[in-house]
Amino acid sequence: MINELSLSDLNNLAYILACVCTIIGIKMLGKPTTARRGMLISAAGTVVAVIAVFFDGQVMDSWDAGNVLRNGYFWCFIAILIGSIIGIIWAKKVQMTGMPELVALFNGFGGLASALVAFSSFYALHKIETGYIYDAVNDISTSIAIFIGLITFSGSMLAWGKLSEKITGRAIVFKGQKLINLFLLLVAVAAMVIYVTPSLDGFNLIAVLVLTGIALVFGVAFVLPIGGGDMPVVISLLNSLTGIAVAMAGFIITNTMLIVTGALVGASGVILTLIMCKAMNRSLGNLLFSGFGATDAVSGKDGTGAEPKAIPVEDAYMVLEAAESVVFIPGYGMAVAQAQHAVRELAGKLEENGAEVNYCVHPVAGRMPGHMNVLLAEADIPYEQLRTMEEMNPIMPMQDVAIVIGANDVVNPAAETDEASPIYGMPIIKAHEAKTVFVLKRGKGRGFSGIENELFTKQNTLMIYGDAKATIASLANEFTAE
Amino acid sequence: MIFLLLLFILIIATFLGRELISKVPSQLHTPLMSATNAISGVTVLGALVVCAANTDDVLILVLSVIAIILATINTVGGYAVTDRMLGMFKKKEDKKQ
Repeated sequence: MINELSLSDLNNLAYILACVCTIIGIKMLGKPTTARRGMLISAAGTVVAVIAVFFDGQVMDSWDAGNVLRNGYFWCFIAILIGSIIGIIWAKKVQMTGMPELVALFNGFGGLASALVAFSSFYALHKIETGYIYDAVNDISTSIAIFIGLITFSGSMLAWGKLSEKITGRAIVFKGQKLINLFLLLVAVAAMVIYVTPSLDGFNLIAVLVLTGIALVFGVAFVLPIGGGDMPVVISLLNSLTGIAVAMAGFIITNTMLIVTGALVGASGVILTLIMCKAMNRSLGNLLFSGFGATDAVSGKDGTGAEPKAIPVEDAYMVLEAAESVVFIPGYGMAVAQAQHAVRELAGKLEENGAEVNYCVHPVAGRMPGHMNVLLAEADIPYEQLRTMEEMNPIMPMQDVAIVIGANDVVNPAAETDEASPIYGMPIIKAHEAKTVFVLKRGKGRGFSGIENELFTKQNTLMIYGDAKATIASLANEFTAE
Repeated sequence: MIFLLLLFILIIATFLGRELISKVPSQLHTPLMSATNAISGVTVLGALVVCAANTDDVLILVLSVIAIILATINTVGGYAVTDRMLGMFKKKEDKKQ
């Protein structure tokens, strides 16, 4: 029996095994207890696939014992070695607050790699004038892989720049932006049609070069009008685009492993994008083209005219000392102030004092989906205490104190009551329903979106101004002093 | 025919992805993203094949070596950072030690 199995069959069996590993890995990511092991299995799958590719017919043909520079194995090993070293160093060095940048950067690399695979295989096919057989599937997947891969690349690089604050994180909008984008898209489609049409094969190289240029510009154009607070959506969307590019590369080299993983990644990105949109109560189209973060949005009602009540740390301590249940509501401001370790310390003191402590994280808090949870986990906060908005809202009225740290729009009751508000309809954490609300804020200014927050002037809300980290630390000190 | 088979695989895998991903809790969305990101680095398979098959052409060799390096950074770095993050998610009992 085994004699009938060719090497290429064994290869495909290895890819199937690798796919199964990847699928099991993602499945195990569904629970915090199994997630880490799942990722090991998934990584093992990738290793199996890479080993298998070295037994691929085309790769084996490249073995050249006499000439190292002609030996495919030599180049492959060198490149893998360099990539692995750089990858491991970056992964070890990155701060958890910098995760969104790193994911954007890696994502861009993935997109560019897929585009390069597509371009190389196009070039390899077309340099041989004779013997080239027209293949529509190959042409279509090549042009899509180049286009999507390069959009992902330039878009991710811009997102990386915005997130790491190398360039302004604000949305950049200008007149005629949509028209320009539409024009770019039309030219790209035209270039694709020229490339795919057999009778126009003489223009293939020009078409591919035009496509390359347009894709790079379009990637930038599509990320430009998206502001800092909307970055989680962009990152998710770019992630999904990489998946599509990978699947297309799979069609080009007829590799099932690439198609399966590309589809998984594509689906993942789309789902996360939709979750983010839902959490902001905005359609994807509105998010991508409106430039939300750029406009100085003003609420319909300009508050009730009431002034927020501010209290000193000592008074806040008295309230906390008597509290039996406390919920922290962190926003990106907490990460900026690097306050998560101080929060953990205060939470420890509260627990010693007999209070039940929870953390409630809004889906869009932070700069990428789930970012806040990672930052809290890094500060040694057990994941059982990390609650979702859906879990926490029903029991919010039972909470003695809600502490809002660096969050603003996600706790704004105007989203429920004020139809004129730009964030009307967005699901919020109902902090205002807690018996007492502390809002830790740097100063009296408005939040990121520039919307007036009704929560600050509510009867049960007390403001504590100042640096969040210092405030939390001095609250914890009050407990120690007792 | 082979194209239809591949298309079939693509569609089935997309539905499978939808089912799997929607079960991942929001706590783990950042590790999920960096994991799928790492997984998408398997495009390195394509780069390896193209590289090995074209060692006689300098342009393709250069482009594909770059592609391998980038995809490997994506995969290796992605898995490493995902593992680092997931190592931080601990239960209450584990934390007390």
